[in-house]
Amino acid sequence: MDDFIAARSQMALSLGFHIIFSCIGMVMPFFMAVSHYKWLKTGEEVYKNLTKAWSKGVAIFFATGAVSGTMLSFELGLLWPKFMDHAGPIFGMPFSLEGTAFFIEAIALGFFLYGWNKLNKWFHWFTGMVVGVSGLASGILVVAANAWMNSPAGFDFVNGQYLNIDPIQAMFNKAWFTQALHMCLAAFTATGFAVAGVHALMILRNRNAYFHLKAFKIAAVFACIAALLQPLSGDISAKDVAKRQPAKLAAMEALYKTEKPAPLLVGGIVNEKDKTVKGAIKIPAALSFLAHGDFKAEVKGLDQIPENDHPPVAITHYAFQIMVGIGTLLLLVSLTYFFILFKKKPLIEKRWLLKLFVFAIPLGYLALEAGWVVTEVGRQPWIIYGIMRTKDAVTPMPGIAYSFYIFSAIYVSLSIIVTFLLYRQIKMVPVLYNKTEQNN
Amino acid sequence: MEQVVITFLCMAILLYFLLGGADFGAGIIELFTSTKNRSRTRKTMYHAIGPVWEANHMWLIIAIVILFVGFPFIYTTMSVYLHIPLAIMLIGIIARGTAFVFRHYDAVKDDMQWLYNRIFRYSSFITALFLGIIAGSLISGHIDTQASDFYTAYISGWLNWFSVAVGFFTVALCGFLAAIYLIGETKEYHDKRRFIKKAEFMNIAAVVFGAMVFMAAQRDQIPLIDWVFKSKVGLSAIILASLSLVLLWYLLIKGKTKILRILAGFQVTMILLAISYAHFPNFIRLKSGNAISLLETVGPEKTIYSLGLALLLGSVLILPFLGYLFYKFQKKEE
Repeated sequence: MDDFIAARSQMALSLGFHIIFSCIGMVMPFFMAVSHYKWLKTGEEVYKNLTKAWSKGVAIFFATGAVSGTMLSFELGLLWPKFMDHAGPIFGMPFSLEGTAFFIEAIALGFFLYGWNKLNKWFHWFTGMVVGVSGLASGILVVAANAWMNSPAGFDFVNGQYLNIDPIQAMFNKAWFTQALHMCLAAFTATGFAVAGVHALMILRNRNAYFHLKAFKIAAVFACIAALLQPLSGDISAKDVAKRQPAKLAAMEALYKTEKPAPLLVGGIVNEKDKTVKGAIKIPAALSFLAHGDFKAEVKGLDQIPENDHPPVAITHYAFQIMVGIGTLLLLVSLTYFFILFKKKPLIEKRWLLKLFVFAIPLGYLALEAGWVVTEVGRQPWIIYGIMRTKDAVTPMPGIAYSFYIFSAIYVSLSIIVTFLLYRQIKMVPVLYNKTEQNN
Repeated sequence: MEQVVITFLCMAILLYFLLGGADFGAGIIELFTSTKNRSRTRKTMYHAIGPVWEANHMWLIIAIVILFVGFPFIYTTMSVYLHIPLAIMLIGIIARGTAFVFRHYDAVKDDMQWLYNRIFRYSSFITALFLGIIAGSLISGHIDTQASDFYTAYISGWLNWFSVAVGFFTVALCGFLAAIYLIGETKEYHDKRRFIKKAEFMNIAAVVFGAMVFMAAQRDQIPLIDWVFKSKVGLSAIILASLSLVLLWYLLIKGKTKILRILAGFQVTMILLAISYAHFPNFIRLKSGNAISLLETVGPEKTIYSLGLALLLGSVLILPFLGYLFYKFQKKEE
């Protein structure tokens, strides 16, 4: 394996792994806080058990997210030293703030996990909220740093030199808000659907249905609200990308030729050699509207961009299709859910709806990962868009392929162990909390 | 602001050595505990470091972020020439961090515990060893940024007598810190005796490996003796460290246990000071005879200013909260 490809694969793998864990770590505390609040208000034992059960999950995910995040802070240098030489001082601001947020999160988690019966109950609840809020802040800050790579700001690039560095301006670059908004909603959607789905499965199997129904409702509401808002955020993102990174937009839509008006391609098979797309459904003028808010607008195709600045088109296009496809599906599930809630029908009787949620367990995360593929692969061949190429940033050390193999093995085994642990946690719910069931 | 940032960097590195080090030490102690006592050791340990576990490891992240934002050239030089030991240390960090949490939160306690324990112990040892190797390599003067072959560039920079000796010395220090810390965490007589034994053992190991560090320095022509004994600060630090060691064992016999950890922490701080003071603010000594200094590679002014501000702001938020965490979970023991 080529060292450059190995470095990119290792980075993609590390990020892809970390993203899942950090999303769960930043979203689940909010579910926990709701359940905890209900326990404090109503005194219903089931909410206390639910809070505790979820907090164990959070502890596992947080620890895994923390170590994989530590790994990433080193990996930036291990794999991309020439990038960090220049980028560190410019885009480091959000990272230093993130360090603070993450630290607070870790302290608050210590309080929360070990604070049962030791702290004032509202202070205890508050520490749980701090875990969530600081986790969310960490997420937004890290995404702001990534946004800088898409939309470099806060310096002047003169004859290969990075001058007049302003880290604050770099942090508030043009892409930070749209990316952070899209990511936060995605985190809530993905985690919400995964959690709701797991509890739906347990309801279907009729194990501790009361317990799981409470859990399901909390997670499902978060998931469905986020899924309803996501298309709006997606629209803002698309218009932003069209303006700032026309090459990425063209790759997302596999738009090889500049067109006015441009059609939206749904699906299709991309042939990168012939620069054609076969079998896609064409919706006339739709892309013009989505990218520029005007059915007659011209959309820049890849033909207007120099060949050596083209991102890989097929991967970006497919990933985009997956993301949008799943997003639409989850939107429909959410609408159905709210419709049923509105009609005040008992959920337990709607087995088909619960089955739909079970089916959706992995979908949110698939969409999330696909979305990151669009962002990252769509930015190629640049590591700092328009400024530095990824291949110029890679470490001079040979043999990165071995490092890639080793870390792949580690991540794969960690994923297996974490899944196994969760399976056991869920399986043990009846043993741990059966008492509750009888009380109610 | 430059001084503020450098102070924070030194503090973060020191605190990681002390707090993270004690965590590694806990795993190392477990490694050297006979099978029949392991579950008791584990219990005391979990009780002691559970609540502050995640927080202890944040110092590493703080240190690394300060380096890559404020001193990118140091960060990237380390990343390139110490790639292999850094990667091994990271594997250790990943393995022990997850194993520690998994073994506690696995809903079923069965044979899997065996696996988690194994991973936790060995990876604690390896992480501390490589942390020491990396620290040793930074001052060993073996890093060769002009090397043209793989071995000189990526291996001999860290795989040399001096770095490896510092690695084992670090392992012993971590074990010592943990043993001293754990003495104060248990009330049971036999457990206390056992941890005292471990502290003795680690203390002896530290002295032996410490001597080996000096021998290796001599062999690799590193002026360690000059750094430590020819500078006033280095010499006083060593004297203070030795005195506090005597005091520590005296108090231990007297049965005072909580004050011990402060003395042990002080001692390790003095050792770090003695080794690093003479060549501060140089951070990496190179084979060419040059050194990469913190002051000469500091990032642009605006960056350092906002980094310093972020750190100050962060500590206003973090330190009281962290202090309360330590306080709250100490108090419950009384």
